[in-house]
Amino acid sequence: MKKIKLEKPTSGSQLVLQTLKELGVEIIFGYPGGAMLPLYDAIHNFEGIQHILARHEQGATHEAEGYAKSSGKVGVVVVTSGPGATNAVTGIADAYLDSVPLLVFTGQVGPLSIGKDAFQEADTVGITAPITKYNYQIRETADIPRIVTEAYYLARTGRPGPVEIDLPKDVSTLEVTEINDPSLNLPHYHESEKATDEQLQELLTELSVSKKPVIIAGGGINYSGSVDIFRAFVEKYQIPVVSTLLGLGTLPISHELQLGMAGMHGSYAANMALVEADYIINLGSRFDDRVVSNPAKVAKNAVVAHIDIDAAELGKIVKTDIPILSDLKAALSRLLQLNKVRTDFNDWIKTVTKNKEKAPFTYEPQNHDIRPQETIKLIGEYTQGDAIIVTDVGQHQMWVAQYYPYKNARQLITSGGMGTMGFGIPAAIGAKLAQPNKNVIVFVGDGGFQMTNQELALLNGYGIAIKVVLINNHSLGMVRQWQESFYEERRSQSVFDVEPNFQLLAEAYGIKHVKLDNPKTLADDLKIITEDEPMLIEVLISKSEHVLPMIPAGLHSDEMIGLHFTDENEEVDNA
Amino acid sequence: MRRMIIAKLHNVTGIMNRFTAVLNRRQVNILSITAGVTESQDLTHTTFVIEVDHLDEVEQIIKQLNRLIDVIEVADITDLPHVEREVVLIKVSAPPTIRAEIFTMIEPFRVNVVDVNLENVTIQLTGDSAKIEALIDVVSPYGILNMARTGSAGFERG
Repeated sequence: MKKIKLEKPTSGSQLVLQTLKELGVEIIFGYPGGAMLPLYDAIHNFEGIQHILARHEQGATHEAEGYAKSSGKVGVVVVTSGPGATNAVTGIADAYLDSVPLLVFTGQVGPLSIGKDAFQEADTVGITAPITKYNYQIRETADIPRIVTEAYYLARTGRPGPVEIDLPKDVSTLEVTEINDPSLNLPHYHESEKATDEQLQELLTELSVSKKPVIIAGGGINYSGSVDIFRAFVEKYQIPVVSTLLGLGTLPISHELQLGMAGMHGSYAANMALVEADYIINLGSRFDDRVVSNPAKVAKNAVVAHIDIDAAELGKIVKTDIPILSDLKAALSRLLQLNKVRTDFNDWIKTVTKNKEKAPFTYEPQNHDIRPQETIKLIGEYTQGDAIIVTDVGQHQMWVAQYYPYKNARQLITSGGMGTMGFGIPAAIGAKLAQPNKNVIVFVGDGGFQMTNQELALLNGYGIAIKVVLINNHSLGMVRQWQESFYEERRSQSVFDVEPNFQLLAEAYGIKHVKLDNPKTLADDLKIITEDEPMLIEVLISKSEHVLPMIPAGLHSDEMIGLHFTDENEEVDNA
Repeated sequence: MRRMIIAKLHNVTGIMNRFTAVLNRRQVNILSITAGVTESQDLTHTTFVIEVDHLDEVEQIIKQLNRLIDVIEVADITDLPHVEREVVLIKVSAPPTIRAEIFTMIEPFRVNVVDVNLENVTIQLTGDSAKIEALIDVVSPYGILNMARTGSAGFERG
């Protein structure tokens, strides 16, 4: 093996930091501990990489996710062995399910202690194997530059994902005078394929014979950096679009062809389009069960084309007639170059547009209680639909998906696949660090807020001006909603009878705070959202709000409950 | 249905763990799995036999295995011409009074006798799994005291 001589003896920890810097890493989210003392000692004097000290390892991983999701860069995390690593597991799993590029360094005890139940020892490589794209345990200090380079490359190429590196204490301590060849050694890794012209021609030919096509716009459009060419493709062929949760923003909500989010809490227009379409073109979405809750019924009468970077997603859930294994950007660019096929979707566009008007997301303002939908709509107006929107998980997440007027790529930062409560506040911190010039607003419920609010300590410490909008319904709203809808209103352990004073909590962290409970002054009160400083805006809402409309789990897209039709003669289902 | 899958893997620490974890997560019923280093120290050849309800499942499993960084190739060779061999060791109760009868019964299998004592004999057979199942059926009535199977190993012909 080729060896490279170093100018001076260098420790494993210094090699880690130097390699990261050479790769372009600017920021690390982490939390120190015993097995990571050598690395933290090196961080102390290292210039060129900022370290953000989280308050919990779960916070560190979600911060890195927010950073990665909003910028497309790799989020780097450093945690210690044992409990440090296990605390990071939730964030790693979250990143795995949403294909977020993360590089997670976990400390490990010395090699003589590994496997012997040493203090703060856990089999981190074993624990994280099923929730990482790949993982390593470094055995030799001289391998550090190659392994770190490979891990970084694996995290961001192909279908992105988290890669974990287990770093034993002695490996990071040892000084070496030469290193092993640092170039990539991944002979069996295929970064991505490119669609063939035959495949793309087949997709276009089907388009030319279809009458009612619809595109499912997935998160892959964001991740592949294809938003502009995707929009050009939609314009060129005038195809209506439904978005997944992670695909929101890829086509502006205001666009005529945008039918909104599809799925469990999606729009009537989007779900009906999926039912009535004769041709479904899935671009970078994985037919998640929140989008198609009944795979047996979806596309029963439609031809399905699916472009995905991951072969394992093609045909996994829905039988696919035209599976195309490809990097989405390459496929869409080529689709635009190929000769235009003749299409006419005017009647279809009229139908779907009518559905948009027939049953838009809607709510009735009330005199006594603030409606969460109104809150989000106003914030959408005050921020001109241009803020980076981060959410936690639950009812507020769905309201934010329904009511914010998205228009940009990578605009909505949310835990899609994993549905991780506690994601919001730290993810917003990461997003703001990646996009310091953007207004970053995080919506969070009173449940999720209490899971990771310790990270608020970072706001003043690092000057991170995020706005935390706490939608407080004194309950775990989504759980309560399901109990009220499907468990005969037995609200088992889902209502908080006693809650902390969130205002005092914000005060303790030295953050500006307001509590809003008056619907009449809401429009004025919310104007502070445009101010450029960290703040907590607590909005009290009713304990009985539900997210509607809804497709109950397992039912088909045309079996929505809680629809409200604009024309009062239409049937109104108040289930 | 029984499917025989072979795979070439990059011989690195933990690869069998990752590999079987995918099968486990898909709740695949593994009938046997064998693995060994090939002529190249970098490569491991593995053969596994699984029971599935539909061919679609096999396709999906292969795709998910292929996603692993250290998996070089995976193929379902059940329907291709292939060679398949397994070794079984069976210790059969064989008191002297019926020992001759047992040897007559198993003679067509061309087994090797690898251990003998007063009360039992241990026989070894190499063959495909159908042949091994047949031998087990024949000796079961005499009393199997111990049995060890290696699981099938194989690859395509030609």
